[in-house]
Amino acid sequence: MKAAERQFTTISGVPIEPLYGPEAIAGIDLARELPPPGEFPYTRGIHRDMYRGKLWTMRQFSGFATPEETNRRYLYLLAQGQTGLSVAFDLPTLMGYDADHPLSEGEVGKCGAAISSLEDMEILFRGIPLGDVTVSMTINSPAAVLWAMYLVVAEQQGVDWQRLSGTLQNDILKEYIAQKEYIFPPRPSMRLVTDTIEFGARHTPRFNPISISGYHIREAGSTAVQELAFTLRDGMEYVDWALERGLAIDDFAPRLSFFFNAHSDFFEEIAKYRAARKIWARAMRDRYGAHSERSMKLRFHAQTAGCSLTWQQPYNNVVRTALQAMAAVLGGAQSLHTNSLDEAYALPGEHAVTLALRTQQVLACESGVTHTPDPLGGSYFLEKLTLDTEAAANDYIHRIDRMGGMVAAVEAGFPQTEIAAASYRYQCEVESGERTIVGVNRFQSDGQPIELLQIDETSARHQRQKLAALRARRDNGQVRKTLDALARAAEGTENTMPRLLDAVRAYATLGEICDSLRAVFGTYQETAHV
Amino acid sequence: MPHPIRVLVAKPGLDGHDRGAKVIARALRDAGMEVIYTGLRQSPEMIVNAALQEDVQVIGLSILSGAHNAIVPRVLELLREKDMADVRVIVGGIVPDQDAEALKRQGVAAVFQPGASLDAVVSFIRQSVGEQSTG
Repeated sequence: MKAAERQFTTISGVPIEPLYGPEAIAGIDLARELPPPGEFPYTRGIHRDMYRGKLWTMRQFSGFATPEETNRRYLYLLAQGQTGLSVAFDLPTLMGYDADHPLSEGEVGKCGAAISSLEDMEILFRGIPLGDVTVSMTINSPAAVLWAMYLVVAEQQGVDWQRLSGTLQNDILKEYIAQKEYIFPPRPSMRLVTDTIEFGARHTPRFNPISISGYHIREAGSTAVQELAFTLRDGMEYVDWALERGLAIDDFAPRLSFFFNAHSDFFEEIAKYRAARKIWARAMRDRYGAHSERSMKLRFHAQTAGCSLTWQQPYNNVVRTALQAMAAVLGGAQSLHTNSLDEAYALPGEHAVTLALRTQQVLACESGVTHTPDPLGGSYFLEKLTLDTEAAANDYIHRIDRMGGMVAAVEAGFPQTEIAAASYRYQCEVESGERTIVGVNRFQSDGQPIELLQIDETSARHQRQKLAALRARRDNGQVRKTLDALARAAEGTENTMPRLLDAVRAYATLGEICDSLRAVFGTYQETAHV
Repeated sequence: MPHPIRVLVAKPGLDGHDRGAKVIARALRDAGMEVIYTGLRQSPEMIVNAALQEDVQVIGLSILSGAHNAIVPRVLELLREKDMADVRVIVGGIVPDQDAEALKRQGVAAVFQPGASLDAVVSFIRQSVGEQSTG
């Protein structure tokens, strides 16, 4: 195809001009749109000195098989220089089932660590001082329950909750939109999220009770603009619910955190992070009347794009991941996960995860990109792309406002349908060869075998045995009492967190606690949109 | 005019990652097939019952969680019990080579791993069902 005929676009389909010069940003009020880093609306980053002052947290998402095995992996990663932990739970845990539930058959420990009770959580953090290491937990529908377990383990270690720092993902809206790990219907789920935000504002001032996530929206096949718009609009929905509860904006907004994808289109991703900070800062100040700058500063974790990893020629994934990670760093991320080369096949093995961590360390210590904040600021192309991304995301946000907010939009299937259409469009481009994936539809070669992490059924047996022993050992009268109290709290309007803590302390299991809540809230089944 | 091929696209297990299942469902529909998508978290029993009621020639199972060795053999067993062994079962998702070979020996018609083209899936189904109706 001749260059004149070929359409150049970002990976999300935004057209790209042949050249960007001063005219691309002519007429822009630079003092308003592009003040120095650390100044509203934080286009160039939330800190004046960015990584000169503090590097991002290197936080590899990790968890597999039993809590015993995952604990060993954590101790290894910390010994390798990782600076925070990030817990991956298995599917039964994510769905609120114990390891011995019939639906857990074949799934225990496969996609993350199996945690059915406080006992498992105690084992998971054995030898890890929760007062010093920050922990992020990827858990959503039963997030309040797992957080209660975490708080009790901290208590056992003698750590004051006031000092406790970390992040609970706890973003249920993106589950309905994209990842589909939901248990209860949207409205009771939003109530549980609001309970955690309220509890956090009172008792854990340094803990992020929610990480509002675009990552999974992007992985489900959305464009960069959809990822940005749906995530920020989700954030506004949580704010609306917390305000409705009677909280003051500056009492909880500083602890709202975000999580974005780092996909393959280098400049589009950097523009996305910059636009995210601008939109959020303005929404906090103008839509919600926040006064504290901490409420206006969007802090985010980034993870390189799992969906970009290929099964073919897996070593190419190291290169993809490095470029994606660099985009996140140039976009001002506060913490970062780099994917391992083997993740199109399985959960990462130890060699692969070490290489992924080294990738971040090379970026941080050798590349020089950390020496000055927002080093690409002022690039005609990047500034134009930032403005366009911001405008396109705002259009979506206004559409969702007109639909009555995100819960209403989700119930109408709006974001789900938009994402499905975008993902099909993307796949058709790959299929037609219009979009190149190296090693998949061009530059193919024969396979290179790689070593893989295997998780067999011994983990499931071990977990089931532990549960049986626990159920025989604990005070089952006390378990019943705390579960009944939880159910009564759920039926009413009081905050469920204190009741969850009581149930967890009595060693009620995750499945038992979620069953009590299922009985009150009911469960959710989506209408499948194809 | 021949009847269109009927396919049940199903998502068993606890996993909710449905991007692949939805893309496949649309691609098969665009290729002229009649596609029924079950939605999420279907047990093997629910899948086989849906296949019976919808009178499909092909069941496509999308599994990304690593639970294929527990789920797929159960679907095959139920199909045999219900005298539906002529229904072709294809599997798509993250299935290591050695597991893919084992599943094929147990009766799975094909396993499509990450990076497989939509065209390969469509062609395989056409050929497989075509052979069946002429053979």
